Order: sequence, then structure tokens, then C-alpha cells
Amino acid sequence: MNAKPKIAVHKFASCDGCQLAFLNLGEELLALAELVEIMHFAEAGPVNLDAQVDIAFIEGSVSTPDDLVRIQKIRANTRFLITIGACATSGGVQALRNLADGREWIASVYAQPEYIESLATSTSIASHVKVDLELWGCPVSGRQVLAAVRALLFGVAPVEERDKVCMECKRTQAVCVLVAKGVPCLGPVTRTGCGALCPRFGRDCYGCYGPAENPNTEALGLRFAGLGLLPEQIARRFLFIDNAAPVFAEAGARWRSAADD
Amino acid sequence: MAEPTFLPRASFQTLLDALARAGYRCIGPQRRDGAIVYDTLRGPEDLPQGARDIQSPGRYRIERPDGPRCFAWANGPQALKPFLFAPRESLWRSERDAGSAINFAEVRPASEPLAVIGARACDLAALKLQDRHFLEGPFADAAYGARREQLFLVAIHCTHPADTCFCVSTGDGPRATDGFDLALSELDDGFLVQAGSEKGAAVAAQLPLEKSAPAQRDAAEREIGAAAQKQARRLPGRNLRDALFANLEHPRWEEVAARCLSCGNCTSVCPTCFCHSESDRPSLDGTVSVHVREWDSCFTQGHSYIHGIVIRADTRTRYRQWLTHKLGSWHDQYGRSGCVGCGRCITWCPVGIDITAEVAVICSAEFGVRSAE
Repeated sequence: MNAKPKIAVHKFASCDGCQLAFLNLGEELLALAELVEIMHFAEAGPVNLDAQVDIAFIEGSVSTPDDLVRIQKIRANTRFLITIGACATSGGVQALRNLADGREWIASVYAQPEYIESLATSTSIASHVKVDLELWGCPVSGRQVLAAVRALLFGVAPVEERDKVCMECKRTQAVCVLVAKGVPCLGPVTRTGCGALCPRFGRDCYGCYGPAENPNTEALGLRFAGLGLLPEQIARRFLFIDNAAPVFAEAGARWRSAADD
Repeated sequence: MAEPTFLPRASFQTLLDALARAGYRCIGPQRRDGAIVYDTLRGPEDLPQGARDIQSPGRYRIERPDGPRCFAWANGPQALKPFLFAPRESLWRSERDAGSAINFAEVRPASEPLAVIGARACDLAALKLQDRHFLEGPFADAAYGARREQLFLVAIHCTHPADTCFCVSTGDGPRATDGFDLALSELDDGFLVQAGSEKGAAVAAQLPLEKSAPAQRDAAEREIGAAAQKQARRLPGRNLRDALFANLEHPRWEEVAARCLSCGNCTSVCPTCFCHSESDRPSLDGTVSVHVREWDSCFTQGHSYIHGIVIRADTRTRYRQWLTHKLGSWHDQYGRSGCVGCGRCITWCPVGIDITAEVAVICSAEFGVRSAE
């Protein structure tokens, strides 16, 4: 990579929370600005949509006809493309509309739906262009973003964290909320990276980092049934932030069809 | 060993004071987040007085407090392990100097004199195994060693095993026989105190101890005996190595893999599991890098990753690796099984997989079929 590589941060359909994860880096953001040239990052100031860059970070899902065109241009203008967060990586919570009639939803929310120009589906960036690295989370962890940048500056492949949340939960010595409180924690099938944030504060993981490697959603769903959840409630555990991630989508569909039986 | 002496409950603070004077930070059990965990003990009022636990596969609850006792429960999720084998710690750091040379520096292990109050017999047995692994090989682990050297152990003879406990069948409890500085038997009105080391005797000498009565000693003995009687779970034998390795293709491995989440909770709560991974954490500017060790598990993909290949990609082989190592090849490595019967892996498995039930099926040809309670 060049002496001072260029980066861009692009926004698609999203809440901006992952861009905030960048902005919340504080002093490290200043250190980052020394190491790279920030060409486009509208939320932070610089705007140059068509800049040629070394790394393009993408927040958000492909949700409008304009997004379809823009993502192709960004791909053509960058060496590495990294998705940041659940929306860009799996389609986000807004991908729930893929399971419903999106037009009807729009009509029921907006007085003049004809002004809303959106696709029938919300899809991940990887459904449209080649993605070099996916960083999960809602929002993404600043630590993981910086580690990825650092690895690319060194010229090595970033290390992907694929273990279950439980591993990190136990390292922090948090008490297991599933075992001690009987709440339907998704930690055993969810990818770590958040530092077991929710279980450390006594609540159940809702899977925002997406599926871990080797996830057994079937056994965990059965455990949730044992805790008293109905099939539709189990389906909704999986069909949430990363509902369109294939592993969670399949688990949700299985429990939803069990609910329909 | 000398006859135990008696410490009235009202004088328990004197034990904490004596330990503090000797320079120890006292760690003891307390209620937090729905479980009994170990943390800094500010005074006897922090102890989980009256707390009782109910444990079963995949389930742990604390009952409403009742009664004067502070140790009338079986182990919570932690053991002594996190205090000695840190879940995450820096081992060394490297730094690039102005001339672009890389310098390596040792990171001094974080350690301080700790007194842990409440260790059970199973924990002491596990500690012996961890000592063996970390200290007694050709390369002693400095970080573990620094903390182990400064550890003071106040054991409690276990009188309230959980339904998931099976230390009797592994030969590790419920009585604490050695490896402690002080051992206590809790009675309603106080504690029988027994010193197990010179350090322990020196602390005991500062306590307002009374002569114990035969009735007190009998009561304490009876309770330990009853705790042994109460245990319903067991492993079919002390050495299952040959039975397990004769059954590597047993269909039960596949069956348990369908239920297993491969989440690593069992190995994290296991007081003897020692697997870890190491990685480098460079600073953003790339001038400094810290080499970090953290708890890993044979249930992760990374554990069996070598040069582009994952050796154990599926849960069947990961679960089999755990069990055949813990109960099998540990005999070759450490001269005994790696299981001390604490039952944590049963309680803290989110889906309640019971090691004793799995082993009973897998080794049924060698040890006879026995249904799990």
C-alpha cells in the first residue's frame, strides 16, 4: 500500500451508527487521520463521492435503485472494500421487509407513498459486488475497524473473529444469563466482537454480530422452546438485526413454519 | 493434624483482619447477577449469608436467603482458575525504536497477594492439576507462577453439593484433605478451623480460637459424610482412557454433536482446562505491539487451525477431542483424569449436556449400561 493510503466511508441504507463508531474513536481518529487520507466521509466533513481510494468502508444496505448504481461505482474506484455493520454485511434490520410486502408497508406508513423510491428488498453489499472483508455488528466495533486498517497498512490479511460470544462472555467472567436467568440468549450462535456487551449488563444477546462459525441454531432454538418460548417467538429471536444472514434466515424460517403448523 | 479449633461466627472478621495484616487482598463468595461469584470481600456482610443454590443441567438459581450459614451452597461458575490463569493477559511487547530496530520487552505479570476464602475440595484438586500443567513442566509459566506463589487458600469442607456434583466418583471431595492453608467446617454458630500449612498456622495463631467440642466435630463430620452420600451422579470409573479410545467411532458422538452448541462454556468453567490462544495487538500507528494470551477452547475453529487447515471442523470431533483428552489422554500427560467432579460443565452448558450421561453411554460396553439419574 502507498505511503499514505486513501480511504472513503460511504453510507447506504442505515442509521449512521457505524459511522459514529468511527467518529467515537476520539484520539485514535486523529491518529488514523495521520496514517491515511480521508477522501470521502460525509458525516465527518470530506465529500468526494467519486474519489479513487485504497479502502472503501461501506455502511448500510442496498435499498434503492440509486444504491444499485452507486455501489458498482464505489467498487470500481477502490482497491479494498470493507462492509461495516449489520446493514452492509447482511441487509440489516430493514431486510425484514424481504419477508413481507414492502409496498404495503410503505402505503401504511406514508401519506403519499409515490414519493418513496425504494427497492422491494434490502440486501447486503456482497449480494451486489465483491466484498474483501465483512465487519459485523450493530454498530460495528471501532476496535475491529482500526484492527482491519492496521492489518491492511501492514500489508497482511485482517484476522477475522469468528468465535461465539460465549467465549468472550466467560473471559469477562460475566454470569451466563441463559443458565442463571433462563433468558433466550443468542450468544452461543453469535459471532464475538462486541466484548459480550449485553450479557455483561445482564441481558440476553440478540445476535447483532451475526452467525458465528459452526453455529447450532437448531439446538439453541430447542433450548429456547424448553425455556417456554413459542415457535413464533423463537423465529423472531433469529429474524432480527441480522435476519437476512443465511444461517439466521434459515433458522427463523424453520421456526416460523413450525409456528404455522 | 492437630484437633480443629473453633472460631465463633461473630469473630469471622478477625480472620479477614489477620489476612489483611499479612498483606492479602481477601477474595470471597458473594451474590451477583443471580449467581455466587468470587470478588473482593470487604467484610463478612458481603458473604452470601443464607443463600442456597439449585443446580441442574443447563440451569442455576439462587434461593431466597435463609439461615445463618454463608457457605451452604455448591460452587458457582468460577473456580480458582481465573485468579491464576488469567482469562486475558499480555505476555510481552515489542517496540520499534527510532533506528527501526525492534526491541522486545517482558510484561511483568499482574500479581498481588490474594487470599481466597471458600475454595472447595474439587477446586483444590483442580489447582493441583493446573500447577502441574503450568509450573511443573520444563518451562514454568511466569505469570501463573507469580500469582500462585502469593496465593493463600482458605478451604471450606463442602456440605452442600449440587445435583450436578460428582466429586466422590472422581475421588476429589467433598472433604478438603490437603493443598490449603486453612480449612474450615461451617456450623450454624461458627467454624471449625484447621491449619494446613505454616502460613495458615501463623494466621490461625492470631484468631480468637476456642477449643472445639466433640459434638461440634461430630456434627461437622456428619455433614461432610452426608454431602458424599447425597451425590447421585458419577463417572463409571477413574480411568476411562482405554474405554474412550476404544469407542472413537461410537454413534453417541454424532448424537451429542446434534445437541452441542460448540460454544466453549464447558471448557471455560472447567477448573482444569488450560487451552489458550495467543495473538498480537499492534497499536494503530504500528510502532508498538502487545502479545496477548487469552482463554481458548477445543470447541473453537481456531483451536485446531494449522497452516490453512481446520483439523476439527465439526462439533462431533470437537466434543470427542474434549472428552477423550480430559478423561483419556490426561492420564498419559498428568497421571490422572482431568475431571475433578465439580459438575460446572453440566450446570453451565446452555443446553444441559451431562458429561456423566454421555460417558456412561460411550463407555457402556466396557463399564456396563447404566441409566443416568
